[in-house]
Amino acid sequence: MTIPVPAPVLMRRRPGYRLVARIAPSRAAALLVPCAAIVLTLLGGAVLFALLGQAPLAAFHAFFVEPLTTRYGIGEVLLKTGPLLLIAQGLAIGFRAQVWNIGAEGQLLLGAIAAGAVALLLADVEAFWLLPLMMLAGTVAGAAWAGIAAWLRVRFQASEIIVTFMLSSVALQLLYYLVSGPLRDPMGMSFPQSALLHDAALFAPLLEGTRVNTSLLLAFGATAIAWLFMQKSLSGYRLQVGGLAPAAARYAGFAERRAVWIGLLAGGAAAGLAGVGEVAGPLGLLQRSISPGYGFAAIIVAFLGGLNPLGIVPAAFVMALIYVGGDMAMVSAGLSNAMTTLLQGLLLVSYLACSLFSGHRLVRTA
Amino acid sequence: MSTPLLSLRGLTKRYPGVLACDAIDLDVAPGEIHAVLGENGAGKSTLMKLVYGATRPDAGTIRWRGEVVDMTSPARARALGIGMVFQHFSLFESLSVVQNIALAAGGRLDELSERIEATGARFGLPIDPAAPVHALTVGQRQRVEIVRCLLQSPGLLIMDEPTSVLPPQGVQQLFTTLRALAEAGCAILYISHKLAEIVSLCHSATVLRDGRVVGHADPRRENPATLARAMIGREAPPAARGGEPVSSVRRLSVNGLSHLPDDPFGTALRDVSLHVNGGEILGIAGISGNGQNELVRLLSGETRGAGEGRVELEGRPLDALGPAERRTLGLNVVPEERLGRGAVPPMSLADNALLTAHDRGLTRFGLIRRARCAAFARDCIDTHDVRCSGASAVAASLSGGNLQKFIVGREIALRPRVFVLSQPTWGVDVGAAANIRRALVTLRDAGAALLVVSEELDELLEIADRLQVMHAGRLSASLAAEGVSLDTIGAWMTGGFATGEVPDMTEQPARDHPRARPRPHA
Repeated sequence: MTIPVPAPVLMRRRPGYRLVARIAPSRAAALLVPCAAIVLTLLGGAVLFALLGQAPLAAFHAFFVEPLTTRYGIGEVLLKTGPLLLIAQGLAIGFRAQVWNIGAEGQLLLGAIAAGAVALLLADVEAFWLLPLMMLAGTVAGAAWAGIAAWLRVRFQASEIIVTFMLSSVALQLLYYLVSGPLRDPMGMSFPQSALLHDAALFAPLLEGTRVNTSLLLAFGATAIAWLFMQKSLSGYRLQVGGLAPAAARYAGFAERRAVWIGLLAGGAAAGLAGVGEVAGPLGLLQRSISPGYGFAAIIVAFLGGLNPLGIVPAAFVMALIYVGGDMAMVSAGLSNAMTTLLQGLLLVSYLACSLFSGHRLVRTA
Repeated sequence: MSTPLLSLRGLTKRYPGVLACDAIDLDVAPGEIHAVLGENGAGKSTLMKLVYGATRPDAGTIRWRGEVVDMTSPARARALGIGMVFQHFSLFESLSVVQNIALAAGGRLDELSERIEATGARFGLPIDPAAPVHALTVGQRQRVEIVRCLLQSPGLLIMDEPTSVLPPQGVQQLFTTLRALAEAGCAILYISHKLAEIVSLCHSATVLRDGRVVGHADPRRENPATLARAMIGREAPPAARGGEPVSSVRRLSVNGLSHLPDDPFGTALRDVSLHVNGGEILGIAGISGNGQNELVRLLSGETRGAGEGRVELEGRPLDALGPAERRTLGLNVVPEERLGRGAVPPMSLADNALLTAHDRGLTRFGLIRRARCAAFARDCIDTHDVRCSGASAVAASLSGGNLQKFIVGREIALRPRVFVLSQPTWGVDVGAAANIRRALVTLRDAGAALLVVSEELDELLEIADRLQVMHAGRLSASLAAEGVSLDTIGAWMTGGFATGEVPDMTEQPARDHPRARPRPHA
């Protein structure tokens, strides 16, 4: 996983064309870039299908169209949109401040563990407050996991990129230990998984005939909060100044530490809450596999959405479609299950290539 | 008339939105020192880049020794015998002088060292070829750059604002060198906006305005005022100077400030003391890089700790306070870097108003009131004649001078009681600079205390009541600006005060008796 740093690119002068930095990123480009990246990904996908010996159009249809033709398919896409949207909103806040949290996957796991542990400990509680308590526990656990990186960065200047990434591996090992040990279902024939959560510990279904549950509403709630914070509040403005012009932030007296803390805690809390949504949603228990890489895919989603709270919504939907399309095409068209990862990578690379043009123009030289 | 060495005809260069050079004609004869004169944005730099091959013209021809040439690159220009000394040097600090020159000239180091010394001796540019560049002063580095050009025996030397980095004595020394070069037949294109220099040095002048040649002059028959009129197209704005200092309330005092910077290339401050009263302007003169930035950041609160000494605002210690808290107490700062420090480049002017004015009613319940931000920005734009498309214009789209007017305007609107400015008119055109200076004097007359750090001695002499000179992290004693001797200032700018020979001329030891007596205005 590489972090795209939108720094000015110095290009060597060549005859023909050269890149010239724009004074200000163009507004049209902000919309065009993600669209072009998606189109390129789709075209690249078709080429890949052909290389894999599939009829490109049929495979394309199975991958990108079929999921949207059935109620169940749409439900699955929405189910995966939820965690992607939630995590990407949290990460984008940090990214705008140039705080690079790439360990949302681990923060998600911590949220899942905390919520699962609360539910398992209170297995006989049927009260309405159980689910909110799990949400609180998951959010706090995710934020705390990211907070370790924030503290290390503020205290010792440790790179949050490395710390968050490594803490993801630690979180995974912690999960493995817990589901094989303390949290393992005593009646579960030694399978490395917990007991099933009871109904009071689960999100209610939202759409009939699908697995979509009310946790999707949390993602949209987070979108509204992120929009208010980033576009309207002084705190959000401070964060953005710190990201765009660190020297100006120092001159104005906006504390860098604060930006690091807010940036990492926002991402960690959102990822932790997304972890709750998985455990108390489609999974219904703790097991070795909690997330199909939502924490990493959300990084792509955040950038594809232009780090803009509103842009992230369609970006999350596209990414969810790639997930579901990959699953469905594996069954219906016999495509390799590596296609999902391939297309995610293709999307990121296309986005990075296209985003060069939001900050630069191609100029023909004489 | 003989064939000119360099002859430009109809040279035109268009950038998006501006016609940087519009059909420029220019002739330079061998051995002629030719000034290219114009305000910022008049097209001087673009024209020089065209001549030096750093950029290509859209139309027009360049003739060199009578032949039409295509200046495809600086390497081509150098091969033809055109050298350029840039305002910002391109030397490797970790290498020695001869190693740096060898990178451009090639050849054996011992032979090259001899040639460097010979050339240096011939044109009054003594340098030690073995000296490491990092140990050289700015003036010495400039000599290295010039010698590097001279080794290639150029027919034409382009000098871009060469004196901006030199103390007054250094300027005279440079002029001696340039005159010797001209005697030897080398033509010099001399870019500057310092009119007095052009009058004393140049044989002819081409005046640019808005990308066009608006006149030719013989500087030897002009004076700075007439040249200024030619350059800006109207009378030069009158000098701004206030009357007697209007108050003796001590607003800012710094006592025994020492500081070791985190940055290994920063300058350590040693025992810096100063004070500024209400209603006066203290000018900090000196060549850039002698600790001015460090001082300004210690005053603004951007840098704290790792040192000793006290900074007080109206008797209140500031040491524990950050920039925002100091601003609330009435200490405002305009930094040297506009884009990226004084303003956020990709944000609109309205959003840039928030940067320092956010606690002046521009937010409510932590939410930004965009309409008020825009109104605040529009006020700055109108009051200070900022040329831009409005409050929604992106800061990076403004010219340096206009952005500076906006930043100064924004800080003035916050009603500073102590106002610290670094290079307030650096890169700002003559008219706008005069307006900024007038605004500063108005603020002073209204009782604010101003501390102005500037490389432009003329500017400080125009507006400051007192001067202190900074060199190598130390600050000289204070001098009354009126009637100050340039020789003294020049000596101080190169560290002449550190020997302790120059007595404190305006103050009794202030540290023991902070308000013992009103300051005599010598």
